[in-house]
Amino acid sequence: MEASLRAQRTAALLIFAFLSLLAVSSSAAQEIQILNAERRIDLSSQIAIVFLTLKVENTGKAAASEVLLSFPPTEADHLAEVKAQAASGKKRKKTHVPLDVKPTDVPDAPKGAKCFRIALLNPLSPGETSTIEVLYMLTHSMEPFPAEISQSEPQLVYYRDSAYILSPYRIKQQTTFIKTPSTNVLSFSRVEPTNRAGMELKYGPYEDRPAYSFSPVLVHFENNNPFAVVEELVREVEISHWGNLQITEHYTLAHGGAKLKGVFSRVDYQSRPGASGVSSFKNLLARLPARVHSVYYRDEIGNISSSRLRTDSRKSELEIEPRYPLFGGWKSTFVIGYGLPLEDFLFESTDGKRYLNFTFGCPLSGTVVDKLTVKVVLPEGSKDPSAVVPFPVEQHMETKYSYLDVVGRPVLVLEKKNVVPEHNTLFQVYYSFNPVFMLAEPLMLVSTVFFLFAACVAYLHIDVSIRKR
Amino acid sequence: MASPESAVNGPTMTAGAASKSLRNAFGGVIAFIILVLIGVLAFSIRLFSVIKYESVIHEFDPYFNYRVTQFLSKNGIYDFWNWFDDRTWYPLGRVIGGTVYPGLTLTAGTIWKVVNSLNIPLSVETVCVFTAPIFSAFASWAAYLLTKEVKGPGAGLTAAALLAMVPSYISRSVAGSYDNEAVAIFALVFTFYLYIKTLNTGSLFYATLNALAYFYMVCSWGGYTFIINLIPMHVLLCIVTGRYSSRLYIAYAPLVVLGTLLASLVPVVGFNAVLTSEHFASFLVFIIIHVVALAYYIKGILSPKMFKVAVTLVVSVGLAVCCAVIAILIAVVASSPTKGWSGRSLTLLDPTYASKYIPIIASVSEHQPPTWPSYFMDINVLAFLVPAGIIACFMPLTDSSSFVILYIVTSVYFSGVMVRLMLVLAPAACILSGIALSEAFNVLTRSIKFQLPGIAGNPSIAVRMWRKENGSSTVVAPNDIPKTEEAAKEKPAKKNRKKEKENVEKKPTPSKTEKRLLVLPLEASVIAVLLLVLLGAFYVVHCVWAAAEAYSAPSIVLTSHSNDGGLHVFDDFREAYSWLSHNTDVDDKVASWWDYGYQTTAMANRTVLVDNNTWNNTHIATVGTAMSSPEKQAWEIFHSLDVKYVLVVFGGVVGYPSDDINKFLWMVRIGGGVFPHIKEPDYLRDGQYRIDAQATPTMLNCLMYKLSYFRFVETDGKGFDRVRRTEIGKKHFKLTHFEEVFTTHHWMVRIYKLKPQRNRIRGKTKKSKSSRSVSSKRDVRGKRNPWH
Repeated sequence: MEASLRAQRTAALLIFAFLSLLAVSSSAAQEIQILNAERRIDLSSQIAIVFLTLKVENTGKAAASEVLLSFPPTEADHLAEVKAQAASGKKRKKTHVPLDVKPTDVPDAPKGAKCFRIALLNPLSPGETSTIEVLYMLTHSMEPFPAEISQSEPQLVYYRDSAYILSPYRIKQQTTFIKTPSTNVLSFSRVEPTNRAGMELKYGPYEDRPAYSFSPVLVHFENNNPFAVVEELVREVEISHWGNLQITEHYTLAHGGAKLKGVFSRVDYQSRPGASGVSSFKNLLARLPARVHSVYYRDEIGNISSSRLRTDSRKSELEIEPRYPLFGGWKSTFVIGYGLPLEDFLFESTDGKRYLNFTFGCPLSGTVVDKLTVKVVLPEGSKDPSAVVPFPVEQHMETKYSYLDVVGRPVLVLEKKNVVPEHNTLFQVYYSFNPVFMLAEPLMLVSTVFFLFAACVAYLHIDVSIRKR
Repeated sequence: MASPESAVNGPTMTAGAASKSLRNAFGGVIAFIILVLIGVLAFSIRLFSVIKYESVIHEFDPYFNYRVTQFLSKNGIYDFWNWFDDRTWYPLGRVIGGTVYPGLTLTAGTIWKVVNSLNIPLSVETVCVFTAPIFSAFASWAAYLLTKEVKGPGAGLTAAALLAMVPSYISRSVAGSYDNEAVAIFALVFTFYLYIKTLNTGSLFYATLNALAYFYMVCSWGGYTFIINLIPMHVLLCIVTGRYSSRLYIAYAPLVVLGTLLASLVPVVGFNAVLTSEHFASFLVFIIIHVVALAYYIKGILSPKMFKVAVTLVVSVGLAVCCAVIAILIAVVASSPTKGWSGRSLTLLDPTYASKYIPIIASVSEHQPPTWPSYFMDINVLAFLVPAGIIACFMPLTDSSSFVILYIVTSVYFSGVMVRLMLVLAPAACILSGIALSEAFNVLTRSIKFQLPGIAGNPSIAVRMWRKENGSSTVVAPNDIPKTEEAAKEKPAKKNRKKEKENVEKKPTPSKTEKRLLVLPLEASVIAVLLLVLLGAFYVVHCVWAAAEAYSAPSIVLTSHSNDGGLHVFDDFREAYSWLSHNTDVDDKVASWWDYGYQTTAMANRTVLVDNNTWNNTHIATVGTAMSSPEKQAWEIFHSLDVKYVLVVFGGVVGYPSDDINKFLWMVRIGGGVFPHIKEPDYLRDGQYRIDAQATPTMLNCLMYKLSYFRFVETDGKGFDRVRRTEIGKKHFKLTHFEEVFTTHHWMVRIYKLKPQRNRIRGKTKKSKSSRSVSSKRDVRGKRNPWH
């Protein structure tokens, strides 16, 4: 349903855009060209972070209100986040204004390419130039090769991309920088001019490439950063109007890097920590909100004793170690739970509704979450929940029964795939709640105890014997 | 009984009747509050394990019970009865529903279901962890009821307080110790209470309840045979000492009939309830009690002379019939190899039986006879109070107090055979110590009271009252026994509870009035009271220490204190199980010694060859043989059983003494018991078990040695084993058929994978033959290879 809604929305957008463009020019795309494009790809972690700086010029006759971005099909599936901002001013006094990015379909794009539409703040009048900065992130874009390594070997990965930026526009001049985590680069494709200096590879500058130019490159390099992948994360946020916000997070953690081949030797791992198991990881850092209390870290067979919590007035850091160091292909599951004071996160909006203001993403730093489910458990008796999330998520409702519930608590479930640390932004859940419901459960308990006593008193005063003495 | 009693005591009662009833009411309320507090004490003293460690299931057997409970709560009761578990005893499997005592599981499952139907989201694990403390509170209440029936509420409260914190019981019922004994002790004491209650009242209602309590006990624990032997013994004792009464008949006959019927409903018992020798005593006594009842009946309707004639007739005929029956019985029993007794029961009768014939029972530490320090550790000062309690039970000797004496005597014997049965002794010791303490305080405080002029208010009245009561007591005492019988006859008809309450309250008064004659000197009584309080205080201190330090460790998590006061946690077992559960295929088979079977199935969810159920000795012997064979043979055994991983526990790095190397001789013995080519002397040098350079080559080449010490020498360069306190004998060796896949942080658990079978390539064997020095085993294989 969600998909069809989105399709409808995009269709409506398309029609609107088409109609608005029809008046001035038949094909706005052709009228824009990119004067200068600079792409910086940072491969130092498991997430490929790409900064794209585009200097766009309107060569057409009509004003252009949007700029298109396109991604090759291999990247499209791994694309976690696309952000754009308009930069104006000179180096020192640069100001950045975030721009709206929406997925779209472009009819003349190559098959499988995925396009995004950046809406400009002010339409670009003919001849004018503007600088747009784009940030996007790719997960699972580094493929371990060899796919299986032994404990003593470093982890080598492939990164595939194009030397030329895939763009629906002609690009006058472009350069691509690829930053690798170490100087150990085994091989890289050459598309002249190509340079390598230390940890940086430079492709370009290339002059005057037509729209949708593509030239595949392959970089083979060492990347021993932990490929900590949370395959599934379920975060349950339970609101209690008695003053507590209880968060329970169920993790399924995996090492997404090159699989461990054959033996795991504890001797080697302990005696030569630098040389053995360099791509494995044994601890992770969870950044939790300040004033966190009653933190626990366990799995289905009990408490995991290897964790450390550091708190100060602004943030809390929980350093956790899974039960065993994770090597390539190994998995682990665990649960982190903690309580937070409600007044830090629950507010009342102007229209009398309450809203929860909480972070969306995964608190573990440097991890990729393949599937994130956030469940907001509202107190029993709350009505009309609605979520405000800064990026598209799937949502539906559930009902949960907890302590002495009669009608159950409404649960708002938000699901998102491919989540990166950039998604750790605030989201809001609005709902209306009558405080009278808070008294329901205490009253129930009180009345139960009362009836128990009443029954006892009654029993002691009633003679139930059949035959009178 | 209440009405005739009050009639006799009437003149004395009227004076302070109002104040006395008020005092009784207050006494009742105070007793109730004390009982609640005892329950809280019993529950909370067992929480040390949760506070010091965590809320987790302990040890080995509880993990199995936990797993069964999980299955029950997930699949329901019908699937539970039909559950064939293919995760254990591969490839045989185990019919769980038919081989498990379901009481504990059903109890916890029911609690879980009730709690969850109230929408209280407790996990199965939480319920399981707290089942034992809850039931120990119940057990202390049951002890109160039982002792109250025997010696009045004062002794009852003392006994309950003692039982609430007796270390022996704490050792089996700390939070997380989710084992059968936890609920079984409650069931045991409660069954005894209902038996005594029936014996005292003659009420068929209590007799029925007694059968139900017995049924619950049968569901819970194999120790129910203790009940079904002890009660007949007591009945027999009563009959022999001429204490037969209709109350005894009502207490016993329904129990045997209903109890046996109910017991055979439990799948694990089934027809054993009528077929095995453990139950024969009850049937024999059942026959005897009927004969005696008939004799009493006939005696009632015949004249004394006729009766004598009848007796001679019946005895002569009866003897002949008895001889025939006994001969048949002996023939039937003798036809079965174990004489109809199970191995564990035989161990009880003949303490040397297990070590002679069943190494698997002897190998369990809790089946060993206890040492004297363990008595002091487990029941502490109760050991000294029990004799006093026995003496108190003889003054006066009633049906119920004789039962308690019989209970303590038998349980002392059984606890001397097996450490585990110390648990049965504990309630008996508590009850008798409760009686002893209560009687002692009774005498001492009374002595103080009557010699302190200031406290008694008006001494002259007190003395007068005492005299009057004394005078009346001489009247009451002889009437005591006939009256109780009279009351008992009335009882079944009248089910009015209030009357029973009065009944219970009144009964001790005659004996009290008798004892008021004993007055000790004031100073001696004060000192004695102080000493007794001191003794009690010492007991409490010891119990709290035992609960906090000795018995709360969950044994899957070990801790040690480092020099700077920090706590170091050894969580290796769960590390290994967690690794197995997440990083191996769900159908992989894991071989380990049977101790770790339950934990592997419960925590790692992997199929095991043998587990703590130990029902198939041959299968365990197979694993023992594999562990004590050289690598190649071991690989063949394991491979034939589809094993993919082998798990060994090794304590040499951190000094964990109960590891597989220390258990290894049992593997050799059990393996050798079935497969004679494994000989224990091959593993011993001059009768000594050693793993250093003096060890035998068989020992140094067996699989267990190799898997334990593989690459161990690389940790410190010398291979110093911190458990055996010696350098290992063979330091540098390679594994040819196994490969190390995981070793935990402190090396306590090591997991090896069987290497796949090599391809048979022509000519390759020739190559290996040439390099004979590398591996001599390979040419053994070469000879067996049919293609050469």
